Amino acid sequence: MSTYILCLILFCIGLYCVLRKRNIIKIIIGLGIIEYAINLFFVLVGYRTHGRAPILAKDQVITNMVDPLPQALVLTSIVIGLAVTALIVAIAIRLYEKYGTFDITKIRRLKG
Amino acid sequence: MKMLPFFVIIPLGTAFLISLLGKKIRNFSDILANLGTLSLFLLSMYSITLVNAHKIVVYKVGGWIPPIGICMVLDGLTSFMLVTVNLVSFLVTVYSISYMQRYTDKYRFYTLFMLMLAGMNGIIVTGDLFNLFVFLEIAAIASYALVAFGTEAEELEASFKYAVMGTVASSFILLAIALLYSYTSTLNMADISLVLSEKGRGIIITFVAVLFLAGFGLKAALVPFHAWLPDAHPSAPAPISAMLSGVFIKTLGVYALCRVFFNILGISSKISFILVILGVISMIAGAFLAIAQADIKRMFAYSSISQIGYIIFALGIGTPLALLGGLFHLFNHSIFKSLLFLNSGAIEYSTETRNLKRLGGLNSRLPVTGYTSLLGALSISGVPPFAGFFSKLIIIIAAVQAGYFISAGIAILVSILTLAYYLKFQTYAFFGKPNEAWLKVKEVPLTMRLSMIVLAIICVIAGILLIPVLQPFLKNAVSVLLLGCGYKDVVFGALK
Repeated sequence: MSTYILCLILFCIGLYCVLRKRNIIKIIIGLGIIEYAINLFFVLVGYRTHGRAPILAKDQVITNMVDPLPQALVLTSIVIGLAVTALIVAIAIRLYEKYGTFDITKIRRLKG
Repeated sequence: MKMLPFFVIIPLGTAFLISLLGKKIRNFSDILANLGTLSLFLLSMYSITLVNAHKIVVYKVGGWIPPIGICMVLDGLTSFMLVTVNLVSFLVTVYSISYMQRYTDKYRFYTLFMLMLAGMNGIIVTGDLFNLFVFLEIAAIASYALVAFGTEAEELEASFKYAVMGTVASSFILLAIALLYSYTSTLNMADISLVLSEKGRGIIITFVAVLFLAGFGLKAALVPFHAWLPDAHPSAPAPISAMLSGVFIKTLGVYALCRVFFNILGISSKISFILVILGVISMIAGAFLAIAQADIKRMFAYSSISQIGYIIFALGIGTPLALLGGLFHLFNHSIFKSLLFLNSGAIEYSTETRNLKRLGGLNSRLPVTGYTSLLGALSISGVPPFAGFFSKLIIIIAAVQAGYFISAGIAILVSILTLAYYLKFQTYAFFGKPNEAWLKVKEVPLTMRLSMIVLAIICVIAGILLIPVLQPFLKNAVSVLLLGCGYKDVVFGALK
């Protein structure tokens, strides 16, 4: 149970980072932390104590195995996260070229 | 039966081919993108007849039987959304042929556009919760890139805000899916619903519902979560604004919300009450913020928030009549809002400005744009006999029948406000004496006019969807929502 709560705390740290930080690079790092917290949680959901990989071989009795599905899903989710991070970092670099700053409070030409 | 995966394969395939060959062969991207969206539109029309014949069609991906394999489900709501999305996207690609000449690298635009379409169609047809998340991310990432397509300072800023908000929303949705998986040990939508009915709804389901509400609410731009929309939608090129406001927020937000809450988790009175409150707040806030705007596209973006409020309000009421009104309004809104954004694109194409204070008297110079936008504006403000009037009338009647008197009153007042700010748009932009500066502007090219005229005609005649012969189109979609948790029995029944 405590591992789940630690995951949730990690998630909240990421959320705090996105909401409170002014530097856009730090915001992107915050998004990364959120993503890792969820991936970690998802893998932990499938974890069993002393479990082993669910590979069925001849004359072996498997009593306790981990759930492989969350691991497959987390792989997908990591790839998606990579794509999003790459895109946002590219946008951040272009933003720096245009505004000359990484400070989100100074990047406000849109309003209303 | 076999045609369901093609809703994802066709746009993915065209995106691939366009990115590969678009630069080398002239006009290749235009032709292929238009053929792709046209074939998708025809397929979606064919899906209506399939639904009329079979009620529900389930396609097993790779031959694996659900819940072990992934399935795709075609039912009334799916075919309703497919027709809406693919109709608008076809007309938007026709419009883009001329409009996107303003930008360099047109083939990149079409690549991203088709990827976004693949994501949206995937969300609509899939019957698997994690699959829904993956398609949602495909559509969302393509739309972040499309908002920044002009790569000017404002566009990048809007895209950054949108990407941060969108990623947080996706994280909420993924967390909700992880929690739901840990509780039910399955990802198939129908199977989750089955397990929930056997196992009972623990306290964790309430937490999952809140996470889903926040995630899809952010995607649909309901009012406490709306801050990204008025920046992102106006910054995109006009065809993309039309797609984003017209169908994107409805697919990622409203459709996914409906599917999850009505068919998987089961709607409770608390959730409906929250939906009604969110809907009413969105209606009011969107309308008041829209009046003060001087930028045309920004005004339309706030108007989208207000109209999404109507749809969510109707879904929250939850009576059969209200659901009919809500879905009908969803269809109408996707038509007239894309029309209005295309009009704003035409104004920008001819005059290079979107500021209402600098426009004026354009009706003599841009007659097609002027009159089609007048039709769109009258329809969205709910003036009879246009389609928007009927959908709003049904929603208000349903609200009164269900006892939401105050909310119904607010809905009428917001409708009047809507008329006010669209009249402001018409007066400043099209009526009155022609402004000296615009005496030389020319009407926009043929393809742009064509798609605006078609959308305007649909705006006028969409009311015929309510006559008994054509009513099954809407009725089938409503019946899926009314099924509620009976969705699982229908899906498993079709598998046998």
